Amino acid sequence: MNWDVIFKYIPLYKKAAWLTLRLGVLGIVFAILVGAICAVIAYYRVPVLKRIVAVYIELSRNTPLLVQLFFIYYGLPKVGVSVDAEVCGVVGLAFLGGSYMAEAFRSGLEAVDKIQTESAYSLGLSRAKTMRYVILPQAVSISVPAFMANIIFLLKETSVFSAISLMDLMFTAKDLIGLYYKTTECLFLLVVFYLIILLPISILGSVLERRLRYAGFGA
Amino acid sequence: MENEILKIEHIKKSFGDNIILDDLSLSVYQGEVIVIVGPSGCGKSTLLRCINALEGIQEGHIYLEGEEIKKDSKNLPKLREKIGMVFQSYDLFPHLSVMDNILLAPLKVQKRNKSEVIAEARALLERIGLADKENSYPRELSGGQKQRIAIVRALCMHPEILLFDEVTAALDPEMVREVLDVMLSLAKQGRTMLIVTHEMQFAKAVADRVIFLDGGHIIEEAKPCEFFENPKTERAKQFLNMFEFDAVKDSSK
Repeated sequence: MNWDVIFKYIPLYKKAAWLTLRLGVLGIVFAILVGAICAVIAYYRVPVLKRIVAVYIELSRNTPLLVQLFFIYYGLPKVGVSVDAEVCGVVGLAFLGGSYMAEAFRSGLEAVDKIQTESAYSLGLSRAKTMRYVILPQAVSISVPAFMANIIFLLKETSVFSAISLMDLMFTAKDLIGLYYKTTECLFLLVVFYLIILLPISILGSVLERRLRYAGFGA
Repeated sequence: MENEILKIEHIKKSFGDNIILDDLSLSVYQGEVIVIVGPSGCGKSTLLRCINALEGIQEGHIYLEGEEIKKDSKNLPKLREKIGMVFQSYDLFPHLSVMDNILLAPLKVQKRNKSEVIAEARALLERIGLADKENSYPRELSGGQKQRIAIVRALCMHPEILLFDEVTAALDPEMVREVLDVMLSLAKQGRTMLIVTHEMQFAKAVADRVIFLDGGHIIEEAKPCEFFENPKTERAKQFLNMFEFDAVKDSSK
């Protein structure tokens, strides 16, 4: 292992990590929004919309992100919609993540006992207020483990971005290997940088999970 | 009797082919305590759930102070404010403290003044002996304490009528009493209440009228002393006999 090479490459990786993180966070934020909307539609079984949501979820979960990205990046320009690579990455991640987030939220919503809704209704709370003050807070805390797992999964999925020539961590590593053949150093840095991004989130996840478990709503 | 609060007219409720309530009518007057008894599956709980439209009905009408209660009506939340309901169990909100459980509806629905509701809640908690629990969470309380707080939560909405759906059925025997005592004191204050229970001694003590429900019909309706001492129908007799035990060992030997 050549440490000089490693130190020389660090700035390049930093730049790439920033891109990974920026696009990842943006994609995840949109995924959460899409997921929350889909989950509420599925929970209330809104006519028509619930079918669209069901189709979307199956489509999104049963196709690889790489295929989704190719479709958006190379496919859409053929019908006259050209998309910037970064926008394409964010949209792809949101499209993929939306369904995973939707399933996480929906299972959280459905895990809240029905009697909770009924006792809120019988206190005169409207549907919207029942959702906001009674169901949602409980559902969110139930979904935290699945939610955190999804965030980590989606951040890892960003490594596919290199396929549409976004200069993320994966792209940078492959590029440097191709140019200088410093395979060991480049892969070592790749692992280190992904860990730097993901470990804190992973740790935060288990801390949150433990705290919510001690807050133990059940019984 | 003077002021009719709740009027149930010829309601019919079925789940598919299964008829739960069949052409049932009932009037409840101000200050009256009505206890509904009957074998399990007779429709007691369903009746209460229909009154605040947690279940829809297929036929008939339900009026609260002259206003019709319907599952799809716009002002249903407004009507439900006037109907306090306490369930068998687990109806406190687990993510909120005792005080926040009580405050939620008065503040978010009725938009009342916070300090005023807090004062009222504290007075009520004091009365049921749980003044020190206002910052506790439901998981830290016993079943009996939870049910008493659920009653306080309902009271703070100033309901016209209170519905109790087997509120002691899930409790350990030693906790049943503390909950029933709270209900007795409410009856003494002249609250209008509809109570579904299996506690026959309690029913005898608290009721103005006892209604015996079976197969979705009101089979018998009487003052408690009459009903328990001298039931008119055979089915009521059979039902009351289930609560009696004959000695199996002769104690005179």
